[in-house]
Amino acid sequence: MNDTSTLKSGHIQGETGIWEMVIGLEIHAQISSKSKLFSGASASFGSEANRNVSLVDAAMPGMLPVINEFCVEQAVKTGLALNAKINNVSVFDRKNYFYADLPQGYQISQFTKPIVGEGEIIVDLDDGEQTTIGIERLHLEQDAGKSLHDQHPTKSFIDLNRTGVALMEIVSKPDIRSPQEAGAYVKKIRSILRYIGACDGNMEEGSLRADCNVSVRKSGDEFGTRCEIKNLNSIRFIIQAIQSEAERQVNILEEGGTIDQETRLFDTSTGETRSMRSKEDAHDYRYFPDPDLLPLEFTESWVQDIKEKLPELPDSLKKRLVKDYGITSYDASILVEEKDYVDFYQQAANGRDGKLTANWMITELFGALKKDNLSFSESPITSENLGKLIFLISNGTISGKIAKEVFAEMMKSKKSPSEIVKEKGLEQVSDDSEILKLIDQVISDNQDKVNEYLSGKDKLFGFFVGQVMKLSQGKANPGVVNKLLKEKLK
Amino acid sequence: MPNKDTIVDVPTVNKIARLSRLDISEVNKQSLTNDLNNILRFVAQLDEVDTSNIEPLASVTGHKLPLRSDDVNDGNIEDLVLKNAPESSSGFFVVPKVIE
Repeated sequence: MNDTSTLKSGHIQGETGIWEMVIGLEIHAQISSKSKLFSGASASFGSEANRNVSLVDAAMPGMLPVINEFCVEQAVKTGLALNAKINNVSVFDRKNYFYADLPQGYQISQFTKPIVGEGEIIVDLDDGEQTTIGIERLHLEQDAGKSLHDQHPTKSFIDLNRTGVALMEIVSKPDIRSPQEAGAYVKKIRSILRYIGACDGNMEEGSLRADCNVSVRKSGDEFGTRCEIKNLNSIRFIIQAIQSEAERQVNILEEGGTIDQETRLFDTSTGETRSMRSKEDAHDYRYFPDPDLLPLEFTESWVQDIKEKLPELPDSLKKRLVKDYGITSYDASILVEEKDYVDFYQQAANGRDGKLTANWMITELFGALKKDNLSFSESPITSENLGKLIFLISNGTISGKIAKEVFAEMMKSKKSPSEIVKEKGLEQVSDDSEILKLIDQVISDNQDKVNEYLSGKDKLFGFFVGQVMKLSQGKANPGVVNKLLKEKLK
Repeated sequence: MPNKDTIVDVPTVNKIARLSRLDISEVNKQSLTNDLNNILRFVAQLDEVDTSNIEPLASVTGHKLPLRSDDVNDGNIEDLVLKNAPESSSGFFVVPKVIE
């Protein structure tokens, strides 16, 4: 391998030159509905086995699916948020395959006429750059049930609670060029879904999962043969799986081999992908329009009503934060990642120094939560208390250094900063006469250093400031100390 | 008139049977293939109509797809759901092991 330190992310240095990755994602987002897409059984997670199953979900003969209006509305809302074309007429198709957790023998999906067509989103990358990723389509479909293979040596256990829960499949164009871009794309989609409330975005519970299509090519060449990595349920795994799959393909191609188009699984223990099924007709789904369902139609005015009710989305919110609070575009992009962050920030920064609030929230609060392994919603520090802390810093009651001490105590005790400052006597001393007393003591204790300073050793000034601060236990206002010391040591 | 061309052959019937998990005996395969060809030839008469500028017709009744509101009003019938299952255990369907 050559030196990879200067290689762009998404590029692989091979023996024959630099390879580029081409990536497209299919995101499956579970719609946050109470009931299923075509039945009135509960869509909730974690119930007793087969508790949330109707005779429709169990595919009993003669049962008819009836579509959930809320789910249709969420798909349209998501389409609008993805700047995509809304198809006022769409069709449901049967995707036929056999598996024990799919009692119908087919999944109701949308194949030729999805509810949402082409769109695009702006994705924020770590280096502050942005890129636009195209959306190919969004369609509605049913989720499958769950199979447990570890309960019995020769049997599988089937729970149909998830069978028929509403999913949106969001398909990107093959516009993604690196694992990092793929991660940022998923983050952005998740953030948008949470803002509009269409999906809770919980990847651990499987509400959001992604299939990644990966191929490699030499820059400027046609797309190579792709492999699909199924069912990745964390952004970290998405990034790892794409990198390792692309490297696998480069190795094969450079040894003169060819890539078989196939479905692969990511093994989280080895960090590598492996072939999932090699059956030649695994992808012959024999789609046809579902005769149980008429085309889904709605009016343009219904779409317009949904559009008017859309909440402010991350991109526009980001611009507004930069303008209203004077924070950097980078800080704003971190704050708008989650709706909860923005709400917290706007409450804390209300009437306070916006930049200072953003710094304390992003550096100190996020850092402390990560260190204590707490989620954002578990923060011991409320937006109100962080705002109060910023106020105490801005009006000079405490120094930045003391503020860190107060902050650490707030994380521990959940008390308000003013309470902690009062209890511990941490108010900053800005009073001239008190600081002069400290200065006098430092001068009399260090007469030799004073003489050195007066004879030209200017560098010692910092030493005196440090001594005064130390004597005040960090409470002296450094600005006042500086000013008075200068006058005193003339 | 229906043409006499063979539309499906025995290997195609084998493939469809495999995808549909149907176990068809060797003896029946040829007669099944003939039957399928007869049906397909009959239906193929429809190809004589020019439909190039006609939207697909989903319904002759003029009905629209009915929508329901998002209410939980079904489920909690696991006994009924599992009633016909050849085997079940602690609320699960139990089937021969299916592993990738």
